[in-house]
Amino acid sequence: MAALVLNEEQQMLKDAAKRFLSESAPVSQLRALRDNRDETGFSRELWQSMVEMGFVGTLIPEALGGAQFGYVGMGQVSEQAGRNLSASPLISTAIGGVAALLLAGSSEQQQALLPQVAEGSLLLALAIDEAPRHAPNRVATRLQVADGGYLLNGRKTFVVDGHVADKLIVSARSEGAEGDQAGISLLLVDRNAPGVSVERTIMADSRNAAIVSFDNVKVASGDLLGEAGNAWAALALTLDVVNAQLAGELLGLSLEVFERTVAYLQERKQFGVALSTFQALQHRCAHLFSELELVKSAVLKAQMALDAGDAEAAQWVSLAKAKACEVAELATNEAVQMHGGMGMTDEFDIGLFMKRARSVQALFGDYRYHANRFAALRGY
Amino acid sequence: MADLDVFRQQTRAWLEENCPQSMRTPQRSDNDACWGGRNFTFASEDQKRWLERMAARGWTAPDWPTEYGGGGLSQQEHKVLREEMARINARPPLSSFGVWMIGPAILKFGSEELKRQHLPPIVRGEIRWCQGYSEPGAGSDLAGLQTRAEDHGDHFIVNGQKIWTSYADKADWMFCLVRTNPDAKKQLGISLVLFDMTTPGVSTRPIKLISGSSPFCETFLDNVRVEKSQVVGEINAGWTIAKYLLTHEREMIGGMGRTAAGQKTLPQIAVDAVGLEDGKLADGMLRGELATWDLDAAAFALTAERVLDEAKAGQGVGAASAMLKYYGTELNKRRQELMVALHGSDGLLWEGEASREGAVARTWLRSKGNSIEGGTSEVQLNVIARNILGLQ
Repeated sequence: MAALVLNEEQQMLKDAAKRFLSESAPVSQLRALRDNRDETGFSRELWQSMVEMGFVGTLIPEALGGAQFGYVGMGQVSEQAGRNLSASPLISTAIGGVAALLLAGSSEQQQALLPQVAEGSLLLALAIDEAPRHAPNRVATRLQVADGGYLLNGRKTFVVDGHVADKLIVSARSEGAEGDQAGISLLLVDRNAPGVSVERTIMADSRNAAIVSFDNVKVASGDLLGEAGNAWAALALTLDVVNAQLAGELLGLSLEVFERTVAYLQERKQFGVALSTFQALQHRCAHLFSELELVKSAVLKAQMALDAGDAEAAQWVSLAKAKACEVAELATNEAVQMHGGMGMTDEFDIGLFMKRARSVQALFGDYRYHANRFAALRGY
Repeated sequence: MADLDVFRQQTRAWLEENCPQSMRTPQRSDNDACWGGRNFTFASEDQKRWLERMAARGWTAPDWPTEYGGGGLSQQEHKVLREEMARINARPPLSSFGVWMIGPAILKFGSEELKRQHLPPIVRGEIRWCQGYSEPGAGSDLAGLQTRAEDHGDHFIVNGQKIWTSYADKADWMFCLVRTNPDAKKQLGISLVLFDMTTPGVSTRPIKLISGSSPFCETFLDNVRVEKSQVVGEINAGWTIAKYLLTHEREMIGGMGRTAAGQKTLPQIAVDAVGLEDGKLADGMLRGELATWDLDAAAFALTAERVLDEAKAGQGVGAASAMLKYYGTELNKRRQELMVALHGSDGLLWEGEASREGAVARTWLRSKGNSIEGGTSEVQLNVIARNILGLQ
């Protein structure tokens, strides 16, 4: 079994992401985007810089213009994005979109689209969920055969970066009943195609999402990813890839909010002494530290298992996402409480971390979803 | 072929040939463990044979130098040996505070003479050791210990009382913390000394626990003569060694409750006891609690692995043992609570044939001590808060 440590290349990527994102995409940037009610929701200039740094192409094969650093490599970028609350289409495009194309797309589709992603000229978004709570098998959106192609009808919610994506990757039902894993297809749809309407939803974390409706949208047969009705396995694996990265983002976010809290306890004085001298607070921090150590291990294992094509990767991913969700909730709640009144103010960043955490927790399955899945995968 | 692969093949073949079949079944309880020592009664010929064969190769202490009887294995080879033993569900040939604790301390801090005297008998399982640390007035505040060692030239005369001495009534030798300088600041006047439990003035009394068993003793030291040659490291510098040993102990206790090779996992036990409905455990609340525990246990096992891997790679936090001890023992307590719950009234059977000697209930009760012995959970949280997080 491979050692649970980063190799030299991954460590260098982590250092580079740390330096770059803390300088170029810090929390203050998210705050400014929010305060200016920015239409795009992220800085396109930042995205181009992330292209130049090679972050956007981390999962893309070298032959198609990427860096091919794997899931552990991308995990280092995700973790630092979590630490800095960096607003960018990393999850929607460089992770979710790329994974769907790699896992479900044909080599023609990959060759046509992945180089564009790597150079920053194409944004993608996953349109999967239809209900507010994640349930990727619950697909009512219909894909019907029509005139040598298909017609798409339905409605998708919590489509991250859906309002700016050039192309949407949509799950739709070719056959079977809502809830069946069999009969689901994956397809590419231009956001500007006739019949596609996109409503941007302003979320608590000040990041992008959208509700997308499809009304008799024409889809060419060449825009199907894989076979019609047979996309469940690729979709599930795509979601595993994304969840392993979301767990990484939650890890970074939790570590950052924890370190800020520890620093605040050392600095803030009450009753003539620093808050850090109180055992009631020390023990809560020490417990949280222990939980964070568990999250680090689970996240690294999940990303390594995906890189290795481990048959049990799904289990490791659900472990990582579940633990990361649970501990991010604890870390952000403790941070607000230990910052006292300051934690409740908009001026302090702590609240931004808490709001982002809940959004990432809800995206593609929270603690309960993944604990349930973990149990099912382990035979109970 | 790489050397390690050759080693694996040879090890696999040797184990196949030398590990008796009855030693390839899970240990049902502590009673199945082989503790060795002068007074030990082997449970079977196989148990004795397995110990002797492993000891002859030094594989009861695989990473100790061969000159002291150890196996001389590299870390990678040691890992291969563990993996190959796990593959056939081989029981540990020897459970030993000598191998786990005082041996490594003697290797690191002891004189050449002490190494030659004590290490080979530990490897062979001939001498069983116990640890004299806690005192009635020094538990969490271990450095406050009062057992006195008076200097009499070439030897000390030791007087005092130890408590929570594991298996003192069965052990042959004790490694014991004593105060050699009553005037120094409390951590600075302590030494670690070794003596034979048959020395005049040593007496023990077992303590009966809530589980009904008596793994611990009180030990009374009444004018016990200890040669100065039996001091590990420098006189008055015992606290450093004590802390080193506590780290070892924490790691050991923190690892308790991990599912050993060949044993059923907690979810498997739950499925057997409660049953499935539509592929899910029949009790929804229990299923949820079990999943919560299972997630934590899986992430904890990965963390123990990662800490080892980081140590090998020269990275990581030195004080990780406090975290592993804290989390591992709390996890085991949760496991045992779930064990009792999922067995219902059967989990509370105490005696009689149907009870399997009250194994579930007694193991549950024993686990309550995990977060007390070797430094309480609260002490571990103090260590994490102060030493790692700098909260003080």
